[in-house]
Amino acid sequence: MRETVVQKLFRSRLGRAVKPGEIVVADIDLAYAHDGTGPLAIDAFRELGSNRVHDPSKIRFVIDHASPSPNEGASNLQLKLRAFAKECGIKIYEVGEGICHQVIPENESLKPGMFIVGADSHTVTLGAFSLFATGVGSTDFAEVMTSGKLWFKVPEAMKVTLKGGFKPGVMSKDLILRIIGDVGADGATYMSIEFQGEGVKTLSMASRMTVCNMVVEMGAKNGIFPLDEITVKHVDTSSLNDKSVFKPDEDAEYAMSLSYRLDELEPVVAAPHNVDNVKPVKELEGLEVNQVFIGSCTNGREEDFEVAAKILSKKGVRKGVRCIAIPASRKVFLNLLKNGIIDKLVSAGCTVTHSTCGPCLGVHFGILGSGEVAVSTSNRNFKGRMGNPESSIYLASPATAAASAVEGVITDPRKLIGE
Amino acid sequence: MILRGRVWVLGDHINTDVIIPAKYKFRTGDFKELAKHVFEDLDPTLASKISKGDIIIAGRNFGMGSSREHASRVIKEAGVSVIVACSFARIFFRNSINVGLPVIEVKEVNKYFKEGDIAVIDLEKGFVKNETTGIELKSSPYPSFIMDVMRAGGLAAYRKSLKK
Repeated sequence: MRETVVQKLFRSRLGRAVKPGEIVVADIDLAYAHDGTGPLAIDAFRELGSNRVHDPSKIRFVIDHASPSPNEGASNLQLKLRAFAKECGIKIYEVGEGICHQVIPENESLKPGMFIVGADSHTVTLGAFSLFATGVGSTDFAEVMTSGKLWFKVPEAMKVTLKGGFKPGVMSKDLILRIIGDVGADGATYMSIEFQGEGVKTLSMASRMTVCNMVVEMGAKNGIFPLDEITVKHVDTSSLNDKSVFKPDEDAEYAMSLSYRLDELEPVVAAPHNVDNVKPVKELEGLEVNQVFIGSCTNGREEDFEVAAKILSKKGVRKGVRCIAIPASRKVFLNLLKNGIIDKLVSAGCTVTHSTCGPCLGVHFGILGSGEVAVSTSNRNFKGRMGNPESSIYLASPATAAASAVEGVITDPRKLIGE
Repeated sequence: MILRGRVWVLGDHINTDVIIPAKYKFRTGDFKELAKHVFEDLDPTLASKISKGDIIIAGRNFGMGSSREHASRVIKEAGVSVIVACSFARIFFRNSINVGLPVIEVKEVNKYFKEGDIAVIDLEKGFVKNETTGIELKSSPYPSFIMDVMRAGGLAAYRKSLKK
């Protein structure tokens, strides 16, 4: 058949084979929006002339972006979201519960092969669970609320084969940044990125989420990991009949193929002001850092803070550096409290807050001053992203971020791990 | 559908954060207010200079980044009649069609325009002309369904026109 994984997912959804480029209409299993895009989706719903949500049980709202609200404008937009949710019987995750791309997999029953859309570009994170997930705008979200369906162009696909395992100090963030650096910010536009190879087995679910989270930064429509023994611990496979859907045919036609040996990768950063401006950390070592942010939907999970705490607890955050640590959900926060990681972070001098998107997009918390430099574990370093167009953002792994907080300059984490 | 207007030339990878910084969309849902900040982090003076009917010519990957539909809506609200770029980011392209902001891909289009030129764009016939220099470039015309959405001024208006 020569089908890629995404072709197979569309085939099993539609009951017929599809080709890349074909326009199809598919049923949506779950759709979520947040306080940044939900209020406009409600306006769009009304503009479309819709008056009834097709199936409220498949819609979720999450208040995570400006959370808790930093100003009355945001408060009123959130009131609008709450009122609509109440009126239509839509489940809403409230302030403090966490970031949508973390809260949804923690609380909702995910099934491999599901079709999920979110009114947020980082909805692609959920491809880690062997399903099709992509970001949409508010009008498309309103259409899903209206009809339960959405049109898609079946994407071409890129195969990324992984071999081996990471060396200490290198994380899945370094892998995805390396890929984006190689492919470019628009090198995978409209493609499905399909991760394969024996190296996949060395990546935890959290690491896979980090990788899928950032496929949109090279223009991709979705990213997807194969269904294996790690996935099945996180998804409901009770109604799964055909596991072959999650493997491409041996002779599947890929628009592009890349291969990485994980043990050959080194810590990297994305330098200002584009995510594909990727450089080895060693090239930027010594650059003074004012603020470090560890968190976001990209790197706000247990393993991220465990790695960071190990590095931070050696010498603590350097005087003069602000280090902000934000778990991606309340559940992550509680787990980190139980295993003593929060204690280590606070003792090291980090400012630890409740779960929010906060600093990542410059809405509130940690807005940079003019001329300041931040190292962030988030996903975008665009000019002004952290609230100030006169500042600079370097994207990095939690290990590199923590090492840079300890030294006050961009630092290769392998130096501190060895100490 | 023929559009004629003054041209603003922008670069490659114009992202949704510079089109409309997130901090503003968490203050108000009023697009007249948001339009005052369009392209602010790219050029703080641009919002005040763009007038109704102006045309944006840009490089690769216009609209990369966030799914915020605010980006398409705010450019439309600012008065821009059409964006012609070498390529667009996926979600921005889709959002723009939905809100009735024509977006057209033409390879290397940014090489043939400079700020202040007058452009003429025919969406049906599929051409982009620089009236100032006389150069004419071909574009793919929209499929008839998308053309109907554009004539109506977006998906919502198109839906309403069907109900009448």
